[in-house]
Amino acid sequence: MNQTDLFLRFKNLSPNIDDYLNENGYSGLRTALTLTSAQIIEKIEKARLLGRGGAGFPTAIKWKASTGKTPSYIVCNADEGEPGTFKDRFIMTHSPHMMIEGMVIAAYAVKATKGYIYIRGEYPEIASNLENSLLEAEQRGYLGKNITKDFSFSIEIIKGGGSYVVGDETALLNSLMGNRGIPWNKPPFPAEKGLWEQPTYINNVETLACVSLILQYGSDWFRSIGTPESPGPKLYCISGKVQSPGVYEAPMGSTVRDLISLAGGVIGTLKAIQIGGTAGPIYPSEALDFHLDFKSMSSKGGILGSGAIVVMNTDTSMAEVLEVEMRFFAEESCGKCFPCRYGTRQLSFMANNIVLGKGKRDFLELMEETADIMKGSSFCPFGKSVEMPVKSVLNNFSGELHALIRQNDYIREVQI
Amino acid sequence: MITLTIDKTTIQVAKGTSVLDAAKQAGVDIPTLCRHEDLTPLGTCGMCMVDIDGFKDLQRACITEAVEGMQVQTNTPQLRKLRRGLLELVLATHPDDCLQCIKHGSCELQKLADRFEIRTLRYDKYTRGLPLDRTAAGIVRDMNKCIGCGRCVSVCHEVQSVKAIDFMGRGSDTIISPGYGVSMGSSVCVNCGQCIVYCPTGALYEKEMIDEVWEALDDPKKVVVAQVAPAVRVALGEEFGMAPGSLVIGKIYSALRSLGIDYIFDTNFSADLTILEEGTELLERLSSGGTLPLITSCSPGWIKFGETYYPELLDHVSTCKSPQQMLGTIIKTYFAKTHTIDPENIVSLSIMPCTAKKFEAARPEMNDSGYQDVDYVLTTRELARMIRQAGLQFKSIQEENPDPVLSQYTGAATIFGASGGVMEAAIRSAYELKTQKTLGSLDFTDLRGIEGIKKASVDIEGTEVRVAVSNGLSNARKLLNIVAEAKERGEMPFHFIEIMACRGGCIGGGGQPLENTLAKRAQRIEGLYAEDKNLPIRKSHENAEVLGLYKEFLQKPGSEISHHLLHTHYTAR
Ligand SMILES: Cc1cc2nc3c(=O)[nH]c(=O)nc-3n(C[C@H](O)[C@H](O)[C@H](O)COP(=O)(O)O)c2cc1C
Ligand code: SF4
Repeated sequence: MNQTDLFLRFKNLSPNIDDYLNENGYSGLRTALTLTSAQIIEKIEKARLLGRGGAGFPTAIKWKASTGKTPSYIVCNADEGEPGTFKDRFIMTHSPHMMIEGMVIAAYAVKATKGYIYIRGEYPEIASNLENSLLEAEQRGYLGKNITKDFSFSIEIIKGGGSYVVGDETALLNSLMGNRGIPWNKPPFPAEKGLWEQPTYINNVETLACVSLILQYGSDWFRSIGTPESPGPKLYCISGKVQSPGVYEAPMGSTVRDLISLAGGVIGTLKAIQIGGTAGPIYPSEALDFHLDFKSMSSKGGILGSGAIVVMNTDTSMAEVLEVEMRFFAEESCGKCFPCRYGTRQLSFMANNIVLGKGKRDFLELMEETADIMKGSSFCPFGKSVEMPVKSVLNNFSGELHALIRQNDYIREVQI
Repeated sequence: MITLTIDKTTIQVAKGTSVLDAAKQAGVDIPTLCRHEDLTPLGTCGMCMVDIDGFKDLQRACITEAVEGMQVQTNTPQLRKLRRGLLELVLATHPDDCLQCIKHGSCELQKLADRFEIRTLRYDKYTRGLPLDRTAAGIVRDMNKCIGCGRCVSVCHEVQSVKAIDFMGRGSDTIISPGYGVSMGSSVCVNCGQCIVYCPTGALYEKEMIDEVWEALDDPKKVVVAQVAPAVRVALGEEFGMAPGSLVIGKIYSALRSLGIDYIFDTNFSADLTILEEGTELLERLSSGGTLPLITSCSPGWIKFGETYYPELLDHVSTCKSPQQMLGTIIKTYFAKTHTIDPENIVSLSIMPCTAKKFEAARPEMNDSGYQDVDYVLTTRELARMIRQAGLQFKSIQEENPDPVLSQYTGAATIFGASGGVMEAAIRSAYELKTQKTLGSLDFTDLRGIEGIKKASVDIEGTEVRVAVSNGLSNARKLLNIVAEAKERGEMPFHFIEIMACRGGCIGGGGQPLENTLAKRAQRIEGLYAEDKNLPIRKSHENAEVLGLYKEFLQKPGSEISHHLLHTHYTAR
């Protein structure tokens, strides 16, 4: 197996089940069906699969919570609301069966009876193609009634609606049940009480695709790719000022430099890199040498997140970057808790005024303090995460922001 | 028991106690804007963050359970800064018209801003510029002052199950409003006012009628007649620093007289009257195979709830008007005639613990006297304001008596203000009227208290009469679902049901003094039962004035004239 082609090999194939079967598809499920739940979970544990949805939570630990209580549910998180993230779209477009196979394996392992794919509302075409893929899988006996004598499992597609926060697992489950898409306080964790108070296991699209790979090629093989702590292949999304933005595959732990060169290099002179999505810090060019895996990134005070990398060159104004970021947070906050509901609005207001030349000198300090409040008291990770981008811009690019504010002060003074 | 340390105090608390409640027991008041002891914790405001050893992040004290050995810091420099910052963020969205606000001095946001010494606002000040919603009969909503804590949504959904309001929108545009953009007046809101009770700010309040009442008092042509509901007499004192449950009815009569009210009557009188009418209706339905269970009709919040959610059960609801409306009708008919006053010139005023009574008085069918039976309804809080405006020293005011003929009452009437009271009063009379025997004990303690659903059965001459009582509309919903399901099977689990919209009954109504917590409600209930115990007459059918009214005017319970004046009908919504 080519270790940098596990997802990308499907790019030039059709999403049909035959093409997938030709690529060893569903052999993972066939293997799984000969094993017990515990044996499957052991394989996942040995492979050290970490969730690809952003948090890097060990999948085996989540599944081990299963008590066999029924009904229980598998939810595939295909909300992919993170700007600059489009890897799940890639999988669902080119190898939907890889995800479906992973879901069925997961269901068999945790004894779930029903699955939901919660797909981002902005992906309607993918959703309708997925319907077709589900049908194919059912026709071949990999899905639906009697996959084995005593295992049936069906999958329903739910089209999402709502803010970015709906990607958070508890908010997603609320939305899936027809409630307002706001998070709930854990505990109870979804694996104890999720959909309709029943055990619910929620995984990202890419995580489930990795489950298929592990069952197809084995845990040791999976561990041989990437780093010891964060093994396996990874899809990275590179956007911004690079020659060829897009989805790239590389082993976990590859450097930022490796990926930027895969994307054809920086256009112009590199200035800043944001890693991990909107909620990730914005680093100066030193970040080129960072290793892209969960552990290394958190040791840098950052996150791997969904694996999004946004490249900015010297044409980029950091005040504008901050403004766009803050507007995003203000628009996407679900509004449940005070710090995030009001904090995002004030941050956005201040960032906007800095861009408009109406910034005040104490804004920078107040923005930092606001980010601290949000980090300290937001209800869910969304509000807490604002701190990283805000503080990183304020720390790494404070000269530029100060200069802009001072320059505008000067213009105002001389105009009077 | 669990042992934990809050700041420097080590205490023991029961398992399941939140860190916030544990701190309270340790003498530390952790600030909060969304937690209320009567409601499920919401975790929206973030004011109660605490630092717990072993946790990377700060935790919300309201939704974190105390566990053995926990070490909690509640007052670190980081926490102080955070709380002030949060308050600044909230205040930046909040109007600055505190001096004109109905909650000035009692607003929880104002108190916290003061406690944490917010003297300047570094944030951009913005307000929402939303119109005042005055469309509901009893409730005004000023969403500019709403901080979005969610208590009102919680009480409306979980405690009342009315679901009139909910969160809409997201981010800083989040707003609480009736569904589908309708106004409060055309929503399913039942005007119970429990949202007002739990609102920390001035975003929700009663629709005041004080100005109209002053105007009537100032008009020499008008004869102003007042009635006072049972629950008011054990609560008004709180507005003047007295303990919840203090019986102040004599002071109320006296204050009303000082305010210039011409005739002072008592809704307790018509509570006794209601028992005779409703008791007769029950005995009739029992003996003639009428629709059972019979359900009480005194609580106007419940009536609108029933009309909205249980139209198929409306023929179970007693046709009796509520005591307020009965007395209103009698005042503009019998009283007007005997005192030769033109009903046109009578202004009928009632003092109620309830915001839904404003809705009830305004119902178009409530005009059997030929006029609107009750003109103005003041809540307990509004009466307190009038008393303060007039400069009356309520605490030291001399007790007085009401005016005769429509004011005598029994113990059975006064307990109408507590959940289970109407039922207890009805049983006392129904039993004795039916059996012609005297009851040994008048106390039906199974029916008393704040518990959501209470049941009992009474043996009346060999017939077992099963009764049930509910308070809080979510409990009414549970009880009615039992009835509806049983009905489908052709069964009848109960003969008689009392439903009160608010937790604890009228003493917990949306117009009662704030704070209006369950703990205070329990004290008010005690006040009412204490009065019952001390009254010389404790059975409605022994109320001499009521019997006199029948003799002179109404003939007998359930007579044609009674039916015309004292009964009503309901419409599905
Ligand atoms: C604000 C927010 C947005 C999120 N959005 C997504 C998303 O779009 N897709 C996703 O898979 N996980 C998202 N997550 C992570 C999920 O909560 C959850 O951790 C994940 O679906 C678990 O799957 P995994 O263990 O396979 O990673 C988000 C989390 C937060 C806090
Ligand atoms: S931090 Fe609060 S307002 Fe923001 S998304 Fe999470 S729960 Fe919603």
